[in-house]
Amino acid sequence: MTTLDSSKEIQKNNSEVNETHEDFRIFGLITFLIADGMTFAGFFAAYLTYKAVNPLPDGAIYELELPIPTLNTILLLVSSATFHKAGKALLKDKNSDSQKWLFFTAFLGIIFLICQLFEYFHLPFGLTDNLFASTFYALTGFHGLHVTLGTLMILIIAWQSRTNGGRLTSQNMFPLEAVELYWHFVDGIWVILFIILYLL
Amino acid sequence: MLNKNFYLILIISLVFAISFWIGFNVNLLPAEASINAPIYDELFKILFIIGLIIFIGMTIAVIYSLFKFRKRNDQIGDGIALEGNLSLEIVWTIIPSIIVLLIGLYSYNIYDRMGGMKELNHNHEMMSSNTEKIWAGISQTSDNEIAINNLSIEVSAMQFAFLFNYPKGNFISGELHVPVDQKVSMKMESKDVIHAFWVPEFRIKQDIIPGQPTILNFTPTKVGKYPIICAELCGPYHGGMRASIIVEEESDYNEWFNKNKKPEVNL
Amino acid sequence: MTISIDPQKTNNESLQPKGWLRYFSFSLDHKVIGIQYLVCGFLFYLIGGTLASAIRIELASPMSDFMPRDVYNQVLTLHGTIMIFLWIVPVVNGAFGNYLIPFYVGARDMAFPRLNAVAFWLIPPSGLMLVASYFVEGAAQAGWTAYPPLSITTPQSGQIIWILSVLLLGGSSIFGGINFIATIIKLRRPGLKLMQLPMYCWAMLGTSLLVVLSTPVLAGTLILLSFDIIANTGFFNPVLGGNVVVYQHLFWFYSHPAVYIMVLPAFGLVSEILPVHARKPLFGYTTMVFSIMGIVVLGLVVWAHHMFTSGTPPWMRLFFTIATAFIAVPTGIKFFNWVATLWGGKISINSAILFSCGFIINFVFGGITGVALAQVPFDIHVHDTYFVVAHFHYIVYGGTVFIIFSSIYHWFPKVTGKMLNEKLGILHFIITFIGFNLCFAPQHWLGLNGMPRRVAEYDPQFQFVNQISSLGALLMAISTIPFLINVFLSVRNGKNAGDNPWNALTPEWLTSSPPPVENWEGEAPLVEEPYGYGKEISEQK
Repeated sequence: MTTLDSSKEIQKNNSEVNETHEDFRIFGLITFLIADGMTFAGFFAAYLTYKAVNPLPDGAIYELELPIPTLNTILLLVSSATFHKAGKALLKDKNSDSQKWLFFTAFLGIIFLICQLFEYFHLPFGLTDNLFASTFYALTGFHGLHVTLGTLMILIIAWQSRTNGGRLTSQNMFPLEAVELYWHFVDGIWVILFIILYLL
Repeated sequence: MLNKNFYLILIISLVFAISFWIGFNVNLLPAEASINAPIYDELFKILFIIGLIIFIGMTIAVIYSLFKFRKRNDQIGDGIALEGNLSLEIVWTIIPSIIVLLIGLYSYNIYDRMGGMKELNHNHEMMSSNTEKIWAGISQTSDNEIAINNLSIEVSAMQFAFLFNYPKGNFISGELHVPVDQKVSMKMESKDVIHAFWVPEFRIKQDIIPGQPTILNFTPTKVGKYPIICAELCGPYHGGMRASIIVEEESDYNEWFNKNKKPEVNL
Repeated sequence: MTISIDPQKTNNESLQPKGWLRYFSFSLDHKVIGIQYLVCGFLFYLIGGTLASAIRIELASPMSDFMPRDVYNQVLTLHGTIMIFLWIVPVVNGAFGNYLIPFYVGARDMAFPRLNAVAFWLIPPSGLMLVASYFVEGAAQAGWTAYPPLSITTPQSGQIIWILSVLLLGGSSIFGGINFIATIIKLRRPGLKLMQLPMYCWAMLGTSLLVVLSTPVLAGTLILLSFDIIANTGFFNPVLGGNVVVYQHLFWFYSHPAVYIMVLPAFGLVSEILPVHARKPLFGYTTMVFSIMGIVVLGLVVWAHHMFTSGTPPWMRLFFTIATAFIAVPTGIKFFNWVATLWGGKISINSAILFSCGFIINFVFGGITGVALAQVPFDIHVHDTYFVVAHFHYIVYGGTVFIIFSSIYHWFPKVTGKMLNEKLGILHFIITFIGFNLCFAPQHWLGLNGMPRRVAEYDPQFQFVNQISSLGALLMAISTIPFLINVFLSVRNGKNAGDNPWNALTPEWLTSSPPPVENWEGEAPLVEEPYGYGKEISEQK
């Protein structure tokens, strides 16, 4: 007979009553970022297909200036490094240092967004001018949205890392780690975007 | 054991016999009216028979198990603790793989015979500009040439009608007239949304996508009147978007063509 | 002070409403959320079923006479969208996944209970919004595929609400998927190995991978489509230089895996149900796991078989034909394994097993037509016809919905502690099985002989067969009556089930029925052999 009372099936182990799992929130975040990355992948695929299949009408302008986006690439790469510094400082319980680095990172993010807007206002084409323009704005706009969210989150954790009464401490690194991971992701997407959109 | 195997073989041969009988005697398809149709029906018959064998076999296996292995009132306890059988599982991985591969290759062969694997060359005579990209629909071409005769027809699809332009006769018709046994070449364009050109008796279908002029070739083989059906949802009157294709003897076709023909307008 | 969220202790029992009220609250209990998904999904199933009935009434006569033509298109769009996004996907993933997965991995809740509740509570508003769009300016009428340029040219408000609603539902689905992956990978009870998990966990892991990888692409696509509608961009508008085929590629990159998102969990559920009622171990556990993962990988690279008539280049047609046909191999393995599971068992003939066997028969049929449809030359004739409609319903209704019913009969005692009435259950099965086959089998013939899908009017020669189909639809509608009576009667005064009426070995039965709030009074049991039926007999001998 298959019975349930056979203690073979139910092995109780009292030592595991207070077991805690490893922190899987970062794991969940990585899964989410993969999903988010697939959205970008869809956009990139669409952009590349358009580029290969749909010729633009005669006289369409699709030349992009390189200086601003190159500056933006450098800004984001530097901001990734400064964010990393913030994490290192927090780990050593230097909360005020960490906060400084975080504010600096957020500052770089804001400069990035300002440069992006500056580029938008000085481009010779608008959203609906042609297919290239539409995809350009969709891609950079969607990425800009990510940068905006990231900057806001950096400002929030910078506020939380204040010395007196801040939630962010070397014992509770999760908010910083999560935002850092997200920020590196946004960075990585920008590098791909820069290569595909501006260099190719 | 011999007895058991005997019944197994008997049942398997019965399943095969029934499937083949049904496959050869039950016709689920409309009339064959183009060169494509008999090729298509050959594929259909093979797939139908294989499908029937698998379906009848699986159904018998499920119903037999439910009946044979049902729990009787006086029974207690479990069935046999059988967790798998590697050789059996290898068998039913490899056999379906081979069947699927063979079907794939066979359908490739069928498709090739229909002319679908050929890239159409892009110098269609009706092409207005060289930059325009022509998309190849499934085509019944024995060679790579596109019919350059009176049977180059321009099809315009719009909500909710097909219009057939005969450039050689300089007229537009709401019915598609073609002579029997001659290759017809159509360049299809949509004016608004996606439509599809489908003649069930010809076993051909091609989406007509706005912005993508598409070529579709076919050769009718049977005189008669067949429906042209729009198969892609195109709006409220999608169900009513139909036209007729009239396949007629060449003399009848020429009579109709000459009656509708308009003189060339020289600008 | 360190603040860390301990998933084991997120449910503060005293703060949660008690009794039936908790089903209307923002509960974090995975069991409550599971039931919320199921009931909510079933209500939308009734709406979608009503719309289906309206379609079959319209098609009982060849003329467009039951409703205006544009309303017909709205009805078929809503029917498709509701059935897919609000009934099958939430129920077969959300409902059973939430209820069962924590039990199966030996956890007290999902990995992210709050995210879980958010994922559920996205569904009712977006569903209601979708239904309400009909009363605003008419619902979307471009079909559930929303192909541009039709979706750009039809009335805007309905299409925009449709997009918004599908985006929310997609978000809900992604949140659910993240949660399932994290729960299965990270929240397993110590000592429980991956290869000891019940098959449904594997199915949900595969499904969630598909959800996470493909749903975002749909979201991106729909965002672009909404730009085309609102902001006058030209991504998919050929008049403005756009390309409609790109939409189809992106759309089917999600929507073909969506079929596996609807079907893989059903494969998992049937793998739980059959061994219990056949009293036999699941046949070929390892091959089942590998075939699920095979389906996941292949499922991501077959999408263009929906586009064989869209002017795709020949090499693409060939590649997608072969890839699609090969999905039949892992799928076939699973079906052979299920039959082998039944073989030599001691099968209790009850509603759960009947629905499961009905599923096998229907799905084999749908699978065979699926392999046929994968062949380009075959597909070219029947693409966008009733043949495809029939094939699709054999997969999702004959397949998944049969399994949803089977699962309800199987797990009802777990959830309520009461048994469902078997006589009514078998009646439900018989009417559903006959009605379903009567409704959809004739549609294969209709498609082969020249009836396109999504039409309100058709050639009068098809009237008789359409009426048979409508009769089948009527039977399917009737079949919900014994089911509903059964559920209501059994909830009120059904026979007491005890904790484990089926003598099942999977972990969810090793606690009381209904289970306590955190699933187990003591420690979660370690179930190393969830399918160890018949083992003890041989040991005693």
